[in-house]
Amino acid sequence: MMPVSAIWHPLFRFARNTGEIFILTGKSLALIFKRPFHFRLIESQLYLDGIKSIPVIFLMSVFTGAVLSLQSFYALQRLGAEVFTGSLVGVSLTKELIPVLAGLMLAGRVSASYSAEIGTMVVTEQVDALFTFGVNPVKYLVTPRLVAMVIMTPLLTLFGDFIGIMGGRLVASLVVHQNPNLFDSQLFSSLEIWDVLSGMIKSVFFGMTVAIIGSHFGLRTEGGAKGVGQATTTAVVVASVVILISDFFWTKILPFSLR
Amino acid sequence: MIQLRGLYKSFADKKVLQGLDLDIESGQTTTIIGGSGSGKSVLFKHIIGLMKPDAGSILVDGEDTVRMKERDLYRLVGKFGMVFQGGALFDSMTVGENVAFGIPERKGMTAAEIEAAVESSLNQVGLSQVAHLLPAELSGGMKKRVAIARVIAKRPSIIMFDEPTTGLDPIMADMINDLIIKVSSAPEITSIIITHDMVSAYKISDKIAVLFEGRIIETGSPEEIRNTGNAIVRQFIEGKAEGPIQIR
Repeated sequence: MMPVSAIWHPLFRFARNTGEIFILTGKSLALIFKRPFHFRLIESQLYLDGIKSIPVIFLMSVFTGAVLSLQSFYALQRLGAEVFTGSLVGVSLTKELIPVLAGLMLAGRVSASYSAEIGTMVVTEQVDALFTFGVNPVKYLVTPRLVAMVIMTPLLTLFGDFIGIMGGRLVASLVVHQNPNLFDSQLFSSLEIWDVLSGMIKSVFFGMTVAIIGSHFGLRTEGGAKGVGQATTTAVVVASVVILISDFFWTKILPFSLR
Repeated sequence: MIQLRGLYKSFADKKVLQGLDLDIESGQTTTIIGGSGSGKSVLFKHIIGLMKPDAGSILVDGEDTVRMKERDLYRLVGKFGMVFQGGALFDSMTVGENVAFGIPERKGMTAAEIEAAVESSLNQVGLSQVAHLLPAELSGGMKKRVAIARVIAKRPSIIMFDEPTTGLDPIMADMINDLIIKVSSAPEITSIIITHDMVSAYKISDKIAVLFEGRIIETGSPEEIRNTGNAIVRQFIEGKAEGPIQIR
């Protein structure tokens, strides 16, 4: 028979981590409005986690758009509805694919970097040292990262939307030889501003998830290099799972159209 | 004065502090000695407020840090400076930026004033021309000296040194000992050191406290500790494998 502790320990760990993540979110949000504002740290994170993520978001978006265009065209062709390729590509990319895939890419790139960097600072006592200089580690380490991700994730999503649609349009015209004007007319007749906005609203939450979960597992790092490795892996997995699960609920909550 | 009363701390089943009492006099250098894993670092983290005990009180100049609000704790920590075992220098900053981080009023200072203050602190630990280097480019001894310079820049009234000579060659260890004596020499400075280096403890201390199984089992001057009749303390200070202390 399975011992009770085999069920109890993971449940306890899950409950503790969930509670701590909510507390960390509340603390870091409240500290955004308290002095000092650490603009230099925010600026640095905007560059490191936002601007330097552009190439990876570009690649992800262009190929997602291209594949989606190709698959949609052939699937719709079976129904004789291939003229709607532009509509399907536009709505699918802006509402779902780009926000979620950008969130997952950032979970891999940024959550990992936050947990590894903060985790290394924990095991080398740099976080304790911050406290001894009267600096709140959450204010200094987590809040600037949270602010940077809340700003950059929707912007990267918007950029990804544009690049993804361009990738889809390119494939539609060059590979399946659809008239680009037809693609554009279908895209603009069906795509609403709300489709883009609802994706960006979700991405704000995904950005928060990436920043908070990466920082949380970094701050909870124990041991040496092995602990940092474990924290990094856990942060990426948990952030990705939270993004995927919460996407369903966001899709339920946000109206499909404002018309 | 720092008064520790009835401190208890456990991690899961491991009892680390078990009713620890200790008085640390102002203006003195108190060294806490004890074996590896005896809870010295945990005790240090309690004194500065990085950890809270399960029970007991910690009074710093009459203020109980255990029951203190977080905001007051950040104010009180201004009195403290801590030199960590590995230096704990911020590795994303240069040596100069690390030392400048310690200057409490740096926000109101010009760049030239900060640079002068950094140079002055580094000169006091015998380092110059290193302000532009990154911590990764320094040796272990240099890191500890920069960490001391960072604390000097903060000008605290209580300085804590966590195993300051561990991992250093004997000459560098003696140099660090001399630095500790130098920074602790001002009458208003209270120094607390944890170490298991008895050469260092005898040289720098006004008072030595021996930590064993979560309690302070003996306190006294270096001379009193050297001549103690306590078998546990004798085994530790003489570094003998045989004796009442069981190594697990």
